[in-house]
Amino acid sequence: MTTATVVSKPIPALAEGWSAEKDFKPLSSITSSSQRTIEPVGPHFLAHARRARHKRTFSEDDRIQAQEKAKNIEKDDDDDVSEPEDPMMLQREAKDWKSQDHYQVLGLSKYRYKATEDQIKRAHRKKVLKHHPDKKAALGATEDDNFFKCIQKATEVLLDPVKRRQFDSVDEKADVEPPSKKDASKNFYKLWSRVFKAEARFSKTQPVPSFGGEDATKEEVDAFYNFWYNFDSWRSFEYLDEDVPDDNENRDQKRHMERKNTNARKKKKAEDNARLRKMLDECSAGDERIKRFRQQANAAKNKKKFEKEEAERKAKEDARLKKEAEEKAAKEAEEKAKTDREANKKAKEAAKNAVKKNKRVLKGSVKDANYFSSGGDASASQIDAVLGDVETVQGKVDPDEIAALAAKLNGLKVADEIKAVWKGEVERLVAAGKLKDGDCKSFI
Amino acid sequence: MAETGATSVTPDERCAIGITFGNSYSSIACTVDDNAVVIANEDGDRQIPTILSYVDGEEYTGNQAKAFLVRNANNTVTSFRDFLGQEFKSIDPTHCHAAAHPKDVDGGVSFTIQDNVEGEPSTVSVSEISTRYLRRLITSASDYLGKKVTSAVLTVPTNFSEKQREALIKATTAAGIEVLQLINEPTAAVLAYDARPEAVVEDKTIVVADLGGSRSDVAVVASRGGLYTILATAHDYEFGGASLDKVLMDHFAKEFMKKNKDVDPRENARSLAKLKAESEAAKKALSIGTNASFSVESLAEGIDFQSTINRLRYETIARKVFDGFNRLVEGVIKKAGLDVLDIDEVILSGGTAHTPRIASNFRSIFPATTAIQAPSTNPNAVNPSELLARGAALQASLIQEYETNDIEQSTHPAVTTVPHITNAIGVVSLGDDGEDIFTPVIAPETAVPVRRTVHVATPKEGGDVLVKIVEGNTHIKVTKPEAKPKENGTKDDDEDDSDDDDSEEEEEETREKVWKIGATLGEAAVRGVKKGSKVEVTINVAGDLGVTITSREVGGKGGIRGVVKAP
Repeated sequence: MTTATVVSKPIPALAEGWSAEKDFKPLSSITSSSQRTIEPVGPHFLAHARRARHKRTFSEDDRIQAQEKAKNIEKDDDDDVSEPEDPMMLQREAKDWKSQDHYQVLGLSKYRYKATEDQIKRAHRKKVLKHHPDKKAALGATEDDNFFKCIQKATEVLLDPVKRRQFDSVDEKADVEPPSKKDASKNFYKLWSRVFKAEARFSKTQPVPSFGGEDATKEEVDAFYNFWYNFDSWRSFEYLDEDVPDDNENRDQKRHMERKNTNARKKKKAEDNARLRKMLDECSAGDERIKRFRQQANAAKNKKKFEKEEAERKAKEDARLKKEAEEKAAKEAEEKAKTDREANKKAKEAAKNAVKKNKRVLKGSVKDANYFSSGGDASASQIDAVLGDVETVQGKVDPDEIAALAAKLNGLKVADEIKAVWKGEVERLVAAGKLKDGDCKSFI
Repeated sequence: MAETGATSVTPDERCAIGITFGNSYSSIACTVDDNAVVIANEDGDRQIPTILSYVDGEEYTGNQAKAFLVRNANNTVTSFRDFLGQEFKSIDPTHCHAAAHPKDVDGGVSFTIQDNVEGEPSTVSVSEISTRYLRRLITSASDYLGKKVTSAVLTVPTNFSEKQREALIKATTAAGIEVLQLINEPTAAVLAYDARPEAVVEDKTIVVADLGGSRSDVAVVASRGGLYTILATAHDYEFGGASLDKVLMDHFAKEFMKKNKDVDPRENARSLAKLKAESEAAKKALSIGTNASFSVESLAEGIDFQSTINRLRYETIARKVFDGFNRLVEGVIKKAGLDVLDIDEVILSGGTAHTPRIASNFRSIFPATTAIQAPSTNPNAVNPSELLARGAALQASLIQEYETNDIEQSTHPAVTTVPHITNAIGVVSLGDDGEDIFTPVIAPETAVPVRRTVHVATPKEGGDVLVKIVEGNTHIKVTKPEAKPKENGTKDDDEDDSDDDDSEEEEEETREKVWKIGATLGEAAVRGVKKGSKVEVTINVAGDLGVTITSREVGGKGGIRGVVKAP
């Protein structure tokens, strides 16, 4: 709504004494409004949505829309397919079409293999309008349609995908020469990446990994070189074939030429592969990144080695310490065993002595009790029987019990008491099952 | 509003059409060189009855299916659009009376139909029925266009609930179609009119009366610089094409009964279907000619029936229905808080809108300045039956090149819901007698942000002038013939706001809309204006309701720029 409606009724003249800053007096804001929903329909709503979503004002939107429109117009213009024509090129003979640069003829030399079909068509049309023989004739020139034929041939080649590929294969003007060592030292990544970008046009697999900058990772660089060392190129050299005679008369000659061409193609292809390989070698030789990665790898390897040695040394040390500790422990144990043995021996002897002494006490006790004879000296057989029973009891009890028994008997002089003790002992042993009921009758 | 279903299509491979999926009739339209064209189906119908019928496992739609209402009513589904996304308890099955009856299945709506050659009749949900029907529409469109249709814009009534919209999108997506957008029916009608090459973009208030077969919807739409805002809507399920059919059916049934004692064709389902079909045909004939013949073979009990009716008779017996339409329109204007004088245009849409009497009734309600867009009042009017489909097709062609995301974002409430100014904004100029006259520049109910420019005349002698930007609102001034007409309309009493049209006509009052000057927003001085030149005033209301006023002499440089702060 930029068109203005016209109001025929005049506005009032300015009253006397009316004045305001900058000739404008704001008085009151809009008094009321309501929230409503606009129908999201129609071209004007699209404009509204565009403004609302991009937060543009009316004038901004007008400007941006105008710019976009202008851009579209520019694209319709053939600005991108025009370049000055080389006067030498205009003099070309149509029959030499094999050697002509088709892109240059159509004015597309800055696009070359990147030119789109649309660009080629437009360029062709433009050139035709300019160089059509009828136009030249109208200008009074001679009937020279050589360049027009060049244009037609160029278009024919470039609009045919097969022919265009053949021409692109040998279009050396699109190549970028590898940089010299001196240049590369300064601008290595930029210059080489240009070379590979141009070379990438021959790749059967797209996209081609990029050369990357100085800070590329090892994986990226590896991927790049792996790709290029295994480069799969569609480049072919049919375009440079010598003409095969088309007559049927000389078939041998024809076959000979065909063979020759095939061989030449193979040779050229091999040469091209060799060239690429050489270029890659040259590039990788100068690539600082590879050196850096190698160094890093070496450093990593050294580090590993060092770590390994360190680990070995430590293991050895640990083993030595362990051994020492073991030896020490063994020695200590031996010494302890020795002292233990000696102590045991002493204790045994003491125990033996104690047992002997106790036995003496036991025997003494029966002697004190006069071998339990009721009157006078005991008979020899009675003495033997009692002593035999004492022996039996002694044989049945261990040294501690003998000691306990001896303690009980010690100091007792009265025969009955002694007998009672012995009787108790025998009864105890019978109860424990060590003696049979009928044994040691002399004590009971 | 736009939502994508399972099918996602990129903008380049889209082939979008507009679909009006109506309760009684549906239409499909596409655009050819920016002109909307309604597509005819295989039978040559541009209005395709929304009917699906199964006979011996064969699926029929449109008029073929409609013919089966007589013989195969049980396997014929009609009027199912409104059931979409509804619960069984909330549907009105009146219009399915003479066809397959809706069934309650898990609260939803289903139909039991014999859609196979053999076996048990199957129960098909309304969503599935819609999908099947839409698939047929799409096939017709694809056949016509010669390429596969991928996307569509559909029209929906304004009172379609979110659930119904979702159900419709789901059913359409199931038919293999991406729903670009659902647009409101009144807006589609307005768009169809505004997209005509001769149309000029201007601020106007439009009443869209969409008179369909089973329902009538009216809406007041404010069109402001090509942006549409619905101010009020009203819906009516009583008055529609079906009620007109009913009137004719009753009429002819009585005629028949007069001739054949005690035989009521309305008591037999088959006779009723025949009666209904022929009545609809007669109604359509009466919209074109002044006479229509009615003839049915074997209407009831093997008796043939033949009769004629003229338009006058028809209009007399259908007067009740016509009055209903009038009340509906008057009601919606009142609901919007407007007066008939505020309405600049009435657009009639829908099949029933062909009826000449409805248009002439509206003609008498509205002032002479209001354009009535109906075939009988305006020979250049667009066919009312095609309006919605055309609008949908135009919208489809506008948005089909956008990404689905873009459409979704653009139709987001954050973009569509904006403040609308309640009062008009305009300049004060001098009348013939030197009094202040308000000239609207921005109409009321205009969405902001908005920018308008006017060229205002200056006093003859030129010199310094005052540009006074004010708010204004309207009121209706009623002048009785005997009273002396008041020239200065800055004051009025509210007594005449009650608009009883009948009494108005009888008393021959003249009613006119006058502007009242409200609050002054700002004043600017333009100095040294040349004789006879004009002053250009640009009023720009920002999204926050801040106003920027720029005034300068036409062709002059610089100018006075002033800002009135947002409230």
